[in-house]
Amino acid sequence: MRAPLVIGTVISALFAGAALLSFLWIPYDIEVLNIAAKLQAPSGAHPLGTDQYGRDILSMIMVGARTSIAVAVVAVGIGMVFGVPLGLWAAARRGSWADEIISRGNDLIFAFPSLLIAIMITAVFGAGAVNAIIAIGIFNVPVFARLTRGAAMSQWTRDYVLAARVAGKGVVRISAEHILPNLTNLLIVQGTIQFSLGILAEAGLSYVGLGAQPPVPSWGRMLADSQTMIYVAPHLAIFPGMAILLTVLGLNLMGDGLRDWLDPRLRRQAR
Amino acid sequence: MLRYVARRLVSLAVSLVVASVVIFLALEVVPGDPAAYMLGINAQEDTLAALREELGLNQSRVERYIGWVGGMLTGDFGISYTYRTPVAGMIADRLQVSLPLALYALILSTLIAFPAGIWAVGRRGSVVDTGVMGLTQLGVAIPNFWFAMLMVLVFAVNLRWFSAGGFSGWEKGLLPGLKSLTLPAIALALPQASILTRVMRSALLDTLGEDFIRTARAKGLSRGQALYRHALRNAMIPVLTIIGLQFSFLIAGAIIIEKVFFLPGLGQLIFQSISARDLIVVESVVMLLVFAVVVVNFTVDLAYAWVDPRLRGRR
Repeated sequence: MRAPLVIGTVISALFAGAALLSFLWIPYDIEVLNIAAKLQAPSGAHPLGTDQYGRDILSMIMVGARTSIAVAVVAVGIGMVFGVPLGLWAAARRGSWADEIISRGNDLIFAFPSLLIAIMITAVFGAGAVNAIIAIGIFNVPVFARLTRGAAMSQWTRDYVLAARVAGKGVVRISAEHILPNLTNLLIVQGTIQFSLGILAEAGLSYVGLGAQPPVPSWGRMLADSQTMIYVAPHLAIFPGMAILLTVLGLNLMGDGLRDWLDPRLRRQAR
Repeated sequence: MLRYVARRLVSLAVSLVVASVVIFLALEVVPGDPAAYMLGINAQEDTLAALREELGLNQSRVERYIGWVGGMLTGDFGISYTYRTPVAGMIADRLQVSLPLALYALILSTLIAFPAGIWAVGRRGSVVDTGVMGLTQLGVAIPNFWFAMLMVLVFAVNLRWFSAGGFSGWEKGLLPGLKSLTLPAIALALPQASILTRVMRSALLDTLGEDFIRTARAKGLSRGQALYRHALRNAMIPVLTIIGLQFSFLIAGAIIIEKVFFLPGLGQLIFQSISARDLIVVESVVMLLVFAVVVVNFTVDLAYAWVDPRLRGRR
């Protein structure tokens, strides 16, 4: 069954493509207000209609895709850059104080309601894309640390690790040269899932006004702005939400598909 | 079991101490003097000094931290900078909205997930199974605040069955109160129900492969009887764990959903206090919510260990 993988990849690529294209071309300039053309329903000229300032919704969604994708990608990056080495370290020094501290630290961060703490971080340090990235990224660290530790520990019992030890390689080299390459598939799959969660979290934060600030368009804020117009222009509330839903759905399907494709053994466990 | 409980209690206490230190320090670095915020730009220097003294802002950080934590332990959450009323009372007022909302959503999500999961397993591989699983994919991917807006559009704007937002209060009776929480609770429950349905389905499938199910079938029980009498009970352990963990998502999700429906809950209190720089309120609400989540997770862990003794030795 490759269907989820294909459908998911196509949807994800479509949004990534739209984001990239928006750097070169968008149907209408979103920084130019055209009050005369405000709140138009979808038409040939404006396929997704216009907002209360006459801006083209399709163009806004294309530029908004940049924000969503950038925030989620960097947040996943933060999780991997800190989480993976921590997990590898904990697994290599299993049972040591370092392992204990890393594992307890993971449990601790997991115990917190992530969105609540993200709201607090952005509220305290100021609303904006950078703080949203940090807030979402922090909670990705224990996800990757725990996953890496668990998977790396089972690799450490393998014969090839023993062979590397006999060859005189140290813990760091074994972790980097032998263990890590064997975890790539797992990390890619988890990365896709965290990516989709990051998009949802960014949308939530910008909906409550704590994400990217105007004039940078973001899907969550487009939805927040549409709320007062919902009686007169329901289309404003429909399309940005569809964009979030489709992107997240595409990434989830891609993640599931990748998991089945890269590692058939995982399929039975996850089911 | 006792040793396990003791160990979990220690880690519970450590979690709470670390959480309180992190929350306290995070809000310490916020720029701006609360006293100056309260009195405005024309404040006299001596009035400011007096207010700082009154609020305890002149004490050292350690003194203030101990005062804050000690106060919370005795139910004294401090005095709001903006409203000059006890924070505990403000929180209690808001909990009358937030707590029923979270519980309502939890009940809804369980009521949806149990039948859906069982139904999907009973007709495994059929159109029903594929349909249920497809719907849960959608449920996980949909931003719940957007789903909430769509419901407002359909049920409040077009059909006029519900009001678009606000809370009628419990004084007018149970039903009007529940009615104003219904759309928010559905929005909040949707992603949780989707996750729970998936967990329910996979937990049931796991137990259906066990030997005791084969024995039950061999004794002459039908597939359905084996499912209800034996598999369901054994599948409950992972399902209950997830229900416990979902509490944390319900709390955080409620903050955003409350904003969609203009509900006067804890979420609204947090946002108001943030914009008014009423940090003592933010601090206390966040700590209270973290406390609730950590304690619920702790209870779930204990219940889990109680049901399944094998887990006590782990970690």
